[in-house]
Amino acid sequence: MGSSATALAPDADVEELNSGTAVIEKTAETEKMKLVFVKPVIDTRHTEAAQRLRNWGEKGNNLARALLLPMITFLIVLGIWSFIHAQVSSEIPAPSETWEAAVEIFSDPFYSEGPNDMGIGWQVAYSLGRVLSGFALAVLVGIPVGFIMGVSPVFERAWSPLIQILRPVSPLAWLPIGLLLFKAVNPSAIFVIFITSIWPVIINTFTGVRTIPKDYMNVAKVLQLGTFEITRKILLPATLPHIITGMRLSLSIAWMVIVAAEMLTGGIGIGFYIWDEWNNLNVNSIIVAIGVIGVVGITLESVMQWIQNRFSYPQ
Amino acid sequence: MKAKPYLSLENVDMNFDTPNGVFQALSDVNLRVAKGEFISLIGHSGCGKSTVLNIVAGLLEASSGGVLLENKEVNKPGPDRAVVFQNHSLLPWLTVCENVRLGVDKVFAKTKNKEERDEWTKETLELVHMTHALDKYPHEISGGMKQRVGIARALAMEPKVLLMDEPFGALDALTRAHLQDSVMEIHSRLKNTVIMITHDVDEAVLLSDRIVMMSNGPSATVGEILNVALPRPRERLAMTDNAEYHRCRSEVLHFLYERQKHVAAA
Repeated sequence: MGSSATALAPDADVEELNSGTAVIEKTAETEKMKLVFVKPVIDTRHTEAAQRLRNWGEKGNNLARALLLPMITFLIVLGIWSFIHAQVSSEIPAPSETWEAAVEIFSDPFYSEGPNDMGIGWQVAYSLGRVLSGFALAVLVGIPVGFIMGVSPVFERAWSPLIQILRPVSPLAWLPIGLLLFKAVNPSAIFVIFITSIWPVIINTFTGVRTIPKDYMNVAKVLQLGTFEITRKILLPATLPHIITGMRLSLSIAWMVIVAAEMLTGGIGIGFYIWDEWNNLNVNSIIVAIGVIGVVGITLESVMQWIQNRFSYPQ
Repeated sequence: MKAKPYLSLENVDMNFDTPNGVFQALSDVNLRVAKGEFISLIGHSGCGKSTVLNIVAGLLEASSGGVLLENKEVNKPGPDRAVVFQNHSLLPWLTVCENVRLGVDKVFAKTKNKEERDEWTKETLELVHMTHALDKYPHEISGGMKQRVGIARALAMEPKVLLMDEPFGALDALTRAHLQDSVMEIHSRLKNTVIMITHDVDEAVLLSDRIVMMSNGPSATVGEILNVALPRPRERLAMTDNAEYHRCRSEVLHFLYERQKHVAAA
């Protein structure tokens, strides 16, 4: 009996949160319920005052978790920012100035006045285009390579040392090689992203193939599946979650690397935009760009997360 | 000379190379199985029961000796010796129906058309009472149900020999009893030849025509073979005060705990 009353109360509280006007009626209803269910139980946990206090606590917790705590952090950061502006370096603009700049930047993000003067929307679009092309190429090459390494010990032994040596190298170190090879900025940046993205894809695909339970392969053997069928019906679905993890890692690193790469290559792109605004001492735009890069990064991450959830299966 | 056996293991030896030298797991294993017979392999952990089963399945190749099925040597895996694995081994990305269908499509690619294969998949799942979960994924069904599907997948290939590697080992006692009854029912309907590994003495006696008791490894081999002269169909409850049942049971227990006392218990 007592437990059904406690189960009822939180429900009513959710409604209270959602609509202020309905509160009185609802509480009246739940009050009645409480009277019916709770009165006979003499337990401090079920007295009305204690109940209400507990509800307050729960309500507060939920709110805090969703909004309040991040808000507090945000305010602290704003405080530190204002402090730096006022006391440390006046070259760092005040939050209010940055806000105004942001409003202006976002009022027309897709303006285009020649190749050297485009809105932030275009800058992001160009960067995204490079990241996605490099990433796509890396996936096209990396998955088969990782697959063959996983299946063939000979291939693995032959390629593993090279991959181990190249993997820790900053992808930017490849930029000059790209510039030499392609004699153009755009393909060089794509090349750098390709190099960035390929290692996690290869390594995760490889690990995925290697960690397939032996039982699955025994099933394949008993069924006498051919190489093609084993690949399509067992290897590929079993490794898919690993492959997608690799892709998710690649994409988030690639989005970080593109900013640095474009600072070096120039042209259009969010990286170069930051560099350009730095040369113009437009610190407001730089701060806005940092925010934009973060939001795009989160978006890419959530898309990959969604894909990962879509293709993963519980063991 | 006796009639030619359906399935036979002839002088099977199995050696494994280990860092500490060659380990002889099986030594001179001989076994003859008649068509339609239900055989249990019982023995202590590590005595090589699974090795024997894997050799019959073709998943392992005997170091010497060999396996004959209908007088033909078998040395690689095939659907004529379907295996029910201990931990079900259903593919988690396929539904119940698709898991069974995978084998059906492979085995009956030429002999059955699409509708017939659909029909046959459902029929085998019906046999194990799993038609209510055709479109469920393995993680959505219980352990006992998974094992039922594992059995259906093996049966659907219409194997000459059904190999079961401790099929009920991971299940609770009640579920296990249910599945044992199901297996007996299926065996009486299909009259298939079965080799089953088990740790469970009651399970062995209840289900088998003969119980093959294996001596301890290394160099394990067939210790004794016990005929279970109980008429079929066998009824679990009726066995509780059946003299033959108790004779068999104590026979196996004596073998396991007197003659083959397991010194280094695994």
